[in-house]
Amino acid sequence: MFEVALSSLWNRRGSVALTLASLTISMAIVIGVEHVRSQAEDSFVRTVSGVDLLVGARTSQINLLLYSVFRIGNATNNIRWQSYQDIAAREEVAWSIPFSLGDSHLGYRVLGTSADYFDYFQYGDSQPLRLAKGERFKGPLHAVLGNEVAQALDYRVGDEIVLAHGIGNTSFVNHDNMPFTVTGILAATGTPVDRTVHVSLEGIEAIHLGFSNGVRIPGQAPSPQDLRAGDLEPTQITAILLGLESPMAVFGLQRAINNYPREPLSAILPAVALGELWQIIGTLESLLSVISILVLTASMLGLGTMLLTSLRERRRELALYRAIGARPTFILWLIELEAVTMTAAAALLGYLVTVAGFSLVQDWLSESFALVIDIWPATPGIAYYIGGAILAAIVITLIPAIVAYRRSLGSALLSS
Amino acid sequence: MPLINANNLVFAWPGASDPTLSIDDFQVNAGEAVFLRGASGSGKSTLLSLLAGTLTAQTGSVQILDTDIGALSARKRDQFRAQHIGIVFQQFNLLPFLTVAGNLRLASRFAGRANRNILSRGTELLQALRLEPDLLERQADQLSVGQQQRVAIARAVINEPELLIADEPTSALDSDARDNFINLLINFRQLTGCTIVFASHDRQLARFFDRSIELADINKATKGRTSNV
Repeated sequence: MFEVALSSLWNRRGSVALTLASLTISMAIVIGVEHVRSQAEDSFVRTVSGVDLLVGARTSQINLLLYSVFRIGNATNNIRWQSYQDIAAREEVAWSIPFSLGDSHLGYRVLGTSADYFDYFQYGDSQPLRLAKGERFKGPLHAVLGNEVAQALDYRVGDEIVLAHGIGNTSFVNHDNMPFTVTGILAATGTPVDRTVHVSLEGIEAIHLGFSNGVRIPGQAPSPQDLRAGDLEPTQITAILLGLESPMAVFGLQRAINNYPREPLSAILPAVALGELWQIIGTLESLLSVISILVLTASMLGLGTMLLTSLRERRRELALYRAIGARPTFILWLIELEAVTMTAAAALLGYLVTVAGFSLVQDWLSESFALVIDIWPATPGIAYYIGGAILAAIVITLIPAIVAYRRSLGSALLSS
Repeated sequence: MPLINANNLVFAWPGASDPTLSIDDFQVNAGEAVFLRGASGSGKSTLLSLLAGTLTAQTGSVQILDTDIGALSARKRDQFRAQHIGIVFQQFNLLPFLTVAGNLRLASRFAGRANRNILSRGTELLQALRLEPDLLERQADQLSVGQQQRVAIARAVINEPELLIADEPTSALDSDARDNFINLLINFRQLTGCTIVFASHDRQLARFFDRSIELADINKATKGRTSNV
């Protein structure tokens, strides 16, 4: 029966191919949207782990989360170094990681931080950062690269890099008087860390010597030899990641920081902010899911229409089955089998189209949305969609199948 | 002993007020080759469909091999047709997208004889029909019309039916091919002993058969209608 169905489909390959193309595209859309949804959710949840409070200048919690954790957008204001020291010294605080953002290297963000970053920063299921090669930065002009940065720009330990002022892909002001040496490369994490160049806070200060309000003061371009320890005391940073001694203290400390008297600060719970951000994106994604399901439904109706109109040209074929002893149910199942075969083929093709599509846009997604995506979709959601599509095909095809069944019930032998 | 015994048949299409067929008595003996003549539209195909069991009459009975096929369940009737009746049409006797062997295999499968060796049986049949056995692997729509009609006989007799029904099987053939075809068909009767009901509008063909029946003579419905006009 399967052989008959396949040959019969092949015999009508023109209209079958068009229907198959339409089904394939809609399956690809459904699989693609579902895959991006689950990957985005994964990527979100994996981005930061074990951080109790995130502190920045007074701003909305989503903005703070975006610029500090996802490295998207800019801080509205900075935190004074004195404030950081006050907060880090509080007894509830177990560890603290200062973040200083605002510079870049060939489009990759530069993060100024302390050695505590390597000890306390965690992602995924409480996984610590791990060096794939080399070692942490020790001096002010040392840099540790995220895995993707090293891969994309083909950097090795020992290479020299020049940081750019600001965060554009092309910057007009380079800190070329202070080149950095790559001392280490981190293992891949699947988070924005992979796309970050890590240097010490002192390094950030060093490259900004001779700058005032973001503009280089003419005639002042100090060289590495001019650096003195005292000059490199940071004056301001962008954000602070805090780990607490006891989770019970989170809300008390949050309130204390939000009411910090010397400057306006915001302290947020990363999990809560992630949830809120996810809700915003989630709405968009459910809309996309709905649209993709509607597209699939339209294709399914197209399949039903194709099978229904094909009954006319297949009048003789169906009559012949009956003449040689086929039961009317054979004809019903034959048409159903054709529909299921086409839907399953479309699911397979759609999957391959999705994989091909993601391998093309993988880089763009990770650069534009910090969304690190696996090109091989494999989630239960996709299996449900494919199963649902096959079920829908069976239901919709009942219309042509039952029409053919009823016609073949009391039909004369066709001769002319 | 009659192989076909039909009594008091009345058949009307759904929604039609007048019956298409009304036949008191129609009998064909086992082993007989009967020519059923009728103009197109005279109800030939309807009668053949009643004999084959794809249609059932409103009244009366059709007994084939002492089985009242109208009394069988739909499923049993389809099974009965697959096992005991072979049918040859004017055209489209073969699924164009299957090979000749594939067509024979499908017919065999519907008769519940899926495991038979189609290739050796098919070779025998094609040789008896004076066709090259290598046609078995050819796709049906690559055959000439004459070849297709002869393969149609092979497909019709693959399950060794007792009754072979042919509905205008020669009207797509030229006169040489037509005579050839009928000779082969009659030969097959001698080989297999099956009964043949051959319907056509063409009176000239009657000479090949044991007996000739004019449908208009036995169909009271047609008579009634023509006398009314």
